[in-house]
Amino acid sequence: MNAVLAAELPQVAAATGTASLAWLLFALPAAGSLVLFVLGRRADAWGHWLGVLTIAGSFVIGLLIFLETAGLAPEQRTRELPLFEWIAVGGLSIDFGLRLDPLSLVFVLLITGVGGLIHLYAVGYMAPHGGEGDPDGATARRRFFAQFNLFVTAMLLLVLGNNFVMLYLGWEGVGLASYLLIGFYQDRPSAATAAKKAFLMNRVGDVGLAIAIFLLWTNLGTLQYTDVFERIGELSGGTILAITVLLLLGACGKSGQFPLQAWLPDAMEGPTPVSALIHAATMVTAGVYLIARTNPIYNLTETGRLVVALVGVITLLIGAIIGCAYDDIKKVLAYSTVSQIGYMILAVGLGPAGYALGIFHLLTHGFFKAGLFLGAGSVMHAMHDEVNMRRFGGLARYMPITFVTFGLGYLALIGFPFFAGYYSKDEIIGAAFGQPGWQGWVFGGVATFAAGLTAFYMTRLMLMTFFGEKRWERLKTSDGHDYHPHESPAVMTVPMIVIAVGSVFSGIVLASNHLLVDWLVPSLGELEEPHGGAIAHEYVPFLVVGFSALGVLIAWLTVGRRPTPVERPERVSFPVRAARKDLYANAINEALVARPGTWLARALVYLDNRGVDGLVNGTAALLGGSSGRLRRLQTGFVRSYALSMLGGGVLVVAALLAVRFA
Amino acid sequence: MTPTYYLLLSALLFSIGAVGVLVRRNAIVVFMCIELMLNAVNLSLVTFARINGALDGQVMAFFVMVVAAAEVVVGLAIIMSIFRTRRTASIDDANLLKY
Repeated sequence: MNAVLAAELPQVAAATGTASLAWLLFALPAAGSLVLFVLGRRADAWGHWLGVLTIAGSFVIGLLIFLETAGLAPEQRTRELPLFEWIAVGGLSIDFGLRLDPLSLVFVLLITGVGGLIHLYAVGYMAPHGGEGDPDGATARRRFFAQFNLFVTAMLLLVLGNNFVMLYLGWEGVGLASYLLIGFYQDRPSAATAAKKAFLMNRVGDVGLAIAIFLLWTNLGTLQYTDVFERIGELSGGTILAITVLLLLGACGKSGQFPLQAWLPDAMEGPTPVSALIHAATMVTAGVYLIARTNPIYNLTETGRLVVALVGVITLLIGAIIGCAYDDIKKVLAYSTVSQIGYMILAVGLGPAGYALGIFHLLTHGFFKAGLFLGAGSVMHAMHDEVNMRRFGGLARYMPITFVTFGLGYLALIGFPFFAGYYSKDEIIGAAFGQPGWQGWVFGGVATFAAGLTAFYMTRLMLMTFFGEKRWERLKTSDGHDYHPHESPAVMTVPMIVIAVGSVFSGIVLASNHLLVDWLVPSLGELEEPHGGAIAHEYVPFLVVGFSALGVLIAWLTVGRRPTPVERPERVSFPVRAARKDLYANAINEALVARPGTWLARALVYLDNRGVDGLVNGTAALLGGSSGRLRRLQTGFVRSYALSMLGGGVLVVAALLAVRFA
Repeated sequence: MTPTYYLLLSALLFSIGAVGVLVRRNAIVVFMCIELMLNAVNLSLVTFARINGALDGQVMAFFVMVVAAAEVVVGLAIIMSIFRTRRTASIDDANLLKY
């Protein structure tokens, strides 16, 4: 079987033509970031436009390379562009090279396309409003764009690298940029905490990725994708399983998957464009990319794939359940992301039957989740940075463009027929049902149920925000003003409109004639059609749409028809209480990791203070004390010195005599 | 005449000198006792030279005399300067160099 798989690997050609400019893809945003960081306040006036321009330039180059690649025969589409030898130490030789293949190009277009639109939106969202408490608005925006560009640079390096070390470089770069951006509002302790939490939980995953890379290096002696994938069959089954599980740990950290999902909702502390960028185009998709990229490794271990799929299923259910309970519009969307990434991880965990579907859902999700976050940001912009949906209501009339674009994203997310999510999510659920034995029932069943929950919480969000009573009329802002909801400026609405168009049509375009699936064949192999399994493929869309409709109906009955209390009801059933506490994820982390860690640290401090320090300080005190006493011998009387000299002399003579005559 | 008596005398003189250094407080007396010890050693050196029939010991004695003379020069100068500042020649009063 290994031989067959090895033969399916694509031939790698050298990149020529437009593709030789591929280094500009990441060099442009990197240069933008550098200029903004280095010039400082001098760039305040125009820095944001530089940030947008560099991403736009990357997008244009990416598009040109994409078109050039599309003109090649499928077996020639995998190309590499070695730039220079990066690390050469002993037997370790790592190229700084780019891999331009269908998979990475799809990511480049998503990152620079959607990312560029988010940049444009951020020009308006981060615009200095000149009011009190915002004296450094222009500087903050410039800093924001410097970090934003850094984020995109790192993500592009992550997907473009042709070896695991470059992947790791981008991986850590994304982690750093997300840390900076989540903690962007430096004066808020909650933002600083959230940034630290994101960074620390990412580290846990990063350790897994690093060890997986070490394992590959010690066993194969190379980290280039091409060589690794060619020779991965030489390894024993146990090693491959270990590598896949460790890679999954890395993916869990970066993509907010169970058990490392707790940082993602807290990441909402950053400005909303950051949430959109993290959740749609970059960062969280890195985990899915990692597993899809290393598919030749995952192809060799069924157990490894099963673990991936289980993690995906658990996460998508957790995300959907918690999403139902929150009142914070951004947190609901955040848990929605956790859930949707769960679908993608489930898809890539299904192996050859799902890799391409995971990427498909990633793309459509990139559009509609970006649209939803931008819409949420627009609502916050209108509502004085309020995020509590209980204080919204009836906003549809006041911000029609936001309402329509958000609504289109909503329909795409719940999988309304012929919108983007309908194609990608149903395909994943269909593939899940197509698994043999219990897996088909469990994976498919849970995914379908979670689709119903998705419809419920998203409908609840729509109803509470855009429909019903205008609860904000009775309320004041935190600093005592009335709410004056208004539509956002064009620089924010235009990206929202473009992305909404993507949310509507990306699914149908990419699904027609299996466009995306066929395009990805050189990178991910042929998509296996599910056969047999729990439920036949044809019935799945009806089932999913039925469940989603049920979710919408329940949301309408429970939220839409009843008035929404402004204060959160505290007397609620157990599931709601648990969901409001993130299903106790933080408590579990606290009990299992944080507290034992604290105890260990305290014990070590005690040991250090009393044990190590005691030993060192004790020795010093002993020497000091005894020399203090010995010092008294120095009386200053010459006679006593003479006596000790005499005594010494006598001793020497006595010793000599003793040796001589003994 | 056996050399033993010379050696005994030398030992006696050395002991007197040593005890004098240890028990006396006047710097001049201590100094004289040191000279006594040096000369006791000189005596024994000469005696051993005689016993062995070689001149090495006598040569050594000359060296000791030279050293003693030089020492007297330096030592007396020190004692003089101490006496000038402190108005005393007691060595127990010059005890500033201590713990």
